[in-house]
Amino acid sequence: MRTAYRTGDARVLRDVAAIGAAMLAVGASFGAVAVAAGLPAWATLAMSAVVYAGGAQFMAVGLVVAGSPLAAVLAGLLLNARHLPFGLALGGALGSRRWQRLLGSHLMTDEATAFALARPAGPGRRRAFWLAGVLLFLAWNTGTALGVLAGGAAGDPAALGLDAAFPAGLAALLLPSLRDRETRRVALTGAGLAVLATPLLPAGLPVLLALAALALPLLARRRPPAAPPRTADEAADDRSVRAGEVSC
Amino acid sequence: MLIAVILALAAGTYGFRVAGVLLRDRLDLPEWARHLLPVGAATLLAALAATAALTEAGGFAGYARPAGVLIGLVLAWRRAPFVLVVVAAAATTAVLRLLGVD
Repeated sequence: MRTAYRTGDARVLRDVAAIGAAMLAVGASFGAVAVAAGLPAWATLAMSAVVYAGGAQFMAVGLVVAGSPLAAVLAGLLLNARHLPFGLALGGALGSRRWQRLLGSHLMTDEATAFALARPAGPGRRRAFWLAGVLLFLAWNTGTALGVLAGGAAGDPAALGLDAAFPAGLAALLLPSLRDRETRRVALTGAGLAVLATPLLPAGLPVLLALAALALPLLARRRPPAAPPRTADEAADDRSVRAGEVSC
Repeated sequence: MLIAVILALAAGTYGFRVAGVLLRDRLDLPEWARHLLPVGAATLLAALAATAALTEAGGFAGYARPAGVLIGLVLAWRRAPFVLVVVAAAATTAVLRLLGVD
């Protein structure tokens, strides 16, 4: 048992290192972009340490430089609202002690959440969360510092294709949970909704809108209170109707 | 002003993060709701992956990025190691851009 845990941890460590390398490079790009935009070095470093949310940081730098500090805060918070449902789903995966919950919360990112939820609930999931949380935090902040120092020499993450690395990594971590039929239907419907809404809604909202797809299992769960016992044919009809909903 | 923006963003972001974790302890959720939480998280992550793969600043991200993500997905589907998935996705996109496809 102990050995199985260890090999599982070693795999998580190796996988986290791959995403960590990408985060180091994108963090360096953030540091370079922020300093080039006129942010002082201390503010750039502080942002990566205390906000620790890449998308919101890039967005905030752009809006602060454009002279809209209030918009920077509101847009950043809209982008980060998804962490609340992540926290609900992770719950005890951060640990049972209070300090573990309080400190672990700060390390919560999309990737750390995906690494944790890819493992079954229990000590393995908790270790995956902390491994990913701590390593990715270090990678992001080290990267930011390197970018601040290197400035324009930090390079362009797009030339390295790193913008494809993150969605591919998230998708790979998600695939096992998509083997469950209900999860697959809801997740794919939600992803479709989010993509369709992206040109129409401010950043952050399309991803939250994906949660509307949870209506599928909720509605399916609702049964008429005094329904007569259903025949197998009726149940089959019901399934085909629901399958139709998803495909459109 | 700058420090106020950073502190507000940090406090709000941490607030979202910690609120979910602490609420989970306090809420006495029925079984069906507890069952939906991981489904909801998977849905959010799928939406993040899909929008990050396909869109940039509210528009289409170009062909190079989704092509790289697709290669990564196929490899993941064939149960290739995670590191290979990530590296192949990035390399495909990088090579396409080098060739002038974007």
